[in-house]
Amino acid sequence: MATYTLNINGRSYNADVAPDTPLLWVLRDHLGLVGAKYGCGIAACGACTIHLDGEATRSCVLPVSAVGNMRVTTIEGLSEKGDHPLQRAWDEVDVPQCGYCQSGQIMSAAALLQRNPKPNDREIEQALSGNLCRCGTYHRIRDAVKLAAQKS
Amino acid sequence: MQSSSSYSRRDFLKSSALVGGGLFLGFDLFASGKFNAGVASAALEGSFDFNAYLSINSDGTATIFSPNPEVGQGIKTSFPMTVAEELDFDWTKVKVVQAPLDTVKFERQVAGGSYSTPHSWLRLRQAGATARRMLIETAAKRWGVDAGTCTTDKGLVLHPSGKQATYGELAADAALLTPPKDVPLKDRKDFKIIGTFVKGVDNQDILTGKPIFGMDFYREGMLFAMIQHPPAFGLKLKSVDGSAAKAMPGIVDVVSFKNNVAVVGKSTWEVMKAREALHVEYEKEAELESSADHDRIFKELMTSGEAQVKRKDGDTAAAFATANKIVEAEYQCPFLSHAPMEPMNFFADVRPDKVELIGPVQTPQSARDQVAKLLDIPAEKISLEMMRIGGGFGRRLRPDYAVETAELSSIIKAPVKVMWTREDDMTGGIYRPAARYRFRAALDKAGNITAYELRGVGINAGNPVRENNFPAGAIPNVLIESVDHKSPITTGPWRAPITNFLAGAEQSFLDEVAEAAGKDPVTMRLDLFRQAKAPLNAEGKPTYDTERFIKTIELAAEKSGWFKKRKKGVSLGFSVYYSHLSYVAQVAEVVKRRGKFTLQKVYCAVDCGIVVNLSGALNQVIGSVVDGLGHAMYGQLTFKDGETQQKNFNTYRLIRMNEIPEVEVHFVDNGIDPTGLGEPALPPLSGAVANAFYKAMGKRLRDQPFVREGDNTMENVL
Ligand code: FES
Ligand code: FES
Repeated sequence: MATYTLNINGRSYNADVAPDTPLLWVLRDHLGLVGAKYGCGIAACGACTIHLDGEATRSCVLPVSAVGNMRVTTIEGLSEKGDHPLQRAWDEVDVPQCGYCQSGQIMSAAALLQRNPKPNDREIEQALSGNLCRCGTYHRIRDAVKLAAQKS
Repeated sequence: MQSSSSYSRRDFLKSSALVGGGLFLGFDLFASGKFNAGVASAALEGSFDFNAYLSINSDGTATIFSPNPEVGQGIKTSFPMTVAEELDFDWTKVKVVQAPLDTVKFERQVAGGSYSTPHSWLRLRQAGATARRMLIETAAKRWGVDAGTCTTDKGLVLHPSGKQATYGELAADAALLTPPKDVPLKDRKDFKIIGTFVKGVDNQDILTGKPIFGMDFYREGMLFAMIQHPPAFGLKLKSVDGSAAKAMPGIVDVVSFKNNVAVVGKSTWEVMKAREALHVEYEKEAELESSADHDRIFKELMTSGEAQVKRKDGDTAAAFATANKIVEAEYQCPFLSHAPMEPMNFFADVRPDKVELIGPVQTPQSARDQVAKLLDIPAEKISLEMMRIGGGFGRRLRPDYAVETAELSSIIKAPVKVMWTREDDMTGGIYRPAARYRFRAALDKAGNITAYELRGVGINAGNPVRENNFPAGAIPNVLIESVDHKSPITTGPWRAPITNFLAGAEQSFLDEVAEAAGKDPVTMRLDLFRQAKAPLNAEGKPTYDTERFIKTIELAAEKSGWFKKRKKGVSLGFSVYYSHLSYVAQVAEVVKRRGKFTLQKVYCAVDCGIVVNLSGALNQVIGSVVDGLGHAMYGQLTFKDGETQQKNFNTYRLIRMNEIPEVEVHFVDNGIDPTGLGEPALPPLSGAVANAFYKAMGKRLRDQPFVREGDNTMENVL
């Protein structure tokens, strides 16, 4: 066990966990931030996507010991009031079915918009093809990314 | 105007029996008294219960309780919309609360069979309409006017004199009235909420990462556990050495029960790691089947197996003997995992005097009753709260994971949350059964189908055929047989059980028949339906409605331009199916560009009667197309010595965003009472796709998944 000081959503958190604990489980079990989801544990579904210094990262395979001083952003910290252009667009288009994959989808999309504010369909597909949605909401996800890009 | 009284309690009974999912127990729409402690205890001070579904609050809002599990089908939005419609309330002032399991107040708290909407449509409306009437009567009495002269709008009772009162002001008195009977329901043309695009009531929580799923549930002091099940079907537990695992940091206990070994600890990761230190031995208790065995079993049973005759009309043998042409083909599908994005999980706190169960389940009552039986605790002492479900697709109709959680809690005498890993989920059974079908059709000189035979062989499929569905009733001589192989591999309902493959196979086969008969596939189907007489079910009602079929087919043909001249390189494939009370016709469009073929678009015509929530309906239809396509193209679970060869999404391929076609949806507007949409748009899809690819590439796609290793049929498909 070791104590890690983590910079998450602009706040400082301490966690006393084993060094190989994936960030996902530190967030979920130890810090009560459950927006990032477990779907596969092997970086194959995208449900656990968070930002590490602004880059979309799969937190299920990221040991907490590797985080260091890097800035972690989770869905809970994407915006202060849940009104990030992507969150608003997701609501307006009414993307979710079961909703379980959606925080991962939004975090991948947010990283995309940061480096490419006006992505075309191909670029959206590329950035999001690592995020599975078992309910098949892909059409609306694409529409919502475009809507958010248009509005911001 | 429609009166709600025509829908009697006996009808409820009959229809629940029909579907088999919902047990009928005491139900009282107007039962009084407070809800069990739990989710619904959120009801506020100054809140007045009108019935099981509805409280009106003095602050001008209404709380609508949604009794059925929300699994992504949108019921938590569409049910309250239906109540609010008849209440004539302002949708923005509705708070929706998930009701816990309550078999006194609600009936059929199940998410399955696409049956919630048809089951509850009238009673939800009645709940809203009755409350509205009570509010009007209260206002009329206060004002000393005739109730018949009062109207309502968005939560206000209005009188021509200019008097008005909010429902909130009237609620305390109105809730005391005896609920009137036979309150007339709104005319469809007066609907203000039903049929509109309404966003999911949980959107904000979903989009900001609130703890609403079972997986997110946490309670101070609870333990975390994982349960190791036998790694292969046909193995049972022999011995466990949990000492190394128990010595690992954060581990509280290692216990085994039945074939399960549970590792219990203080955090998910510690439990995951300790699991790797388990030493467990298994021994063989049944055949360890491999996919090669299944292939052999299919072959044997297709020819020599003892078949059950499920339907026999006329004399197919005689018709085949005199046939001008015979068309014959075999179709096959593999096992599939349900693979909902949220793996199985549940929370249980079993104490001597009460049991608390919390988590995602499509059949809460069955979960509770199984726990009651297993632990020998009266059902009244068990509470069950439903969390939002991260996908089910039928997997969570079986509450095995909830029951084992309760069993574990009773053994360790502590509150515990059990979580399955993706590998646990994919290797843990209850799959869509594998099946193989042989279709045969006899044609006369004019190309009419004189006989139709279907033999279905399933592996733990129960009955792999649907003998009362079309084309039974449309062809004079029909023989439908089924054979089932009992296997240690567990199976269960998977979105649109059996028809999820059978429908597409049948619709592909009909395409083969149309070709052999030299007929247009849509014209051939229309001709069949025009002369069909649907078989009757046990209650003497036709099993399908030929008129609705025809209208749905015509709508799909019109919207897709089926009978128009096609652009060069464009090929269309058609399919239509009726399941779960709704009719869906689909046209798939494959486009050839520079030697490559792409599934460009899918047109859907849907008859589910009245559309309750346009957004939810579109989501279900489009989602079913994506789901049906993904599994037809890529989905398969194969076995080696009783063990699945796919254990996670790196080898079990799900469809991705770059693989979806455009989807266009049209609803038949006929004003018929609504039917469900969780399943019906999936079954026909693979048929439309296979038929379009055949047109384009000249290759029949009969085996799923269409994209397979070592098979180059789809090599030119983009
Ligand atoms: S849980 Fe991390 S990618 Fe699936
Ligand atoms: S909305 Fe259910 S998995 Fe994406």
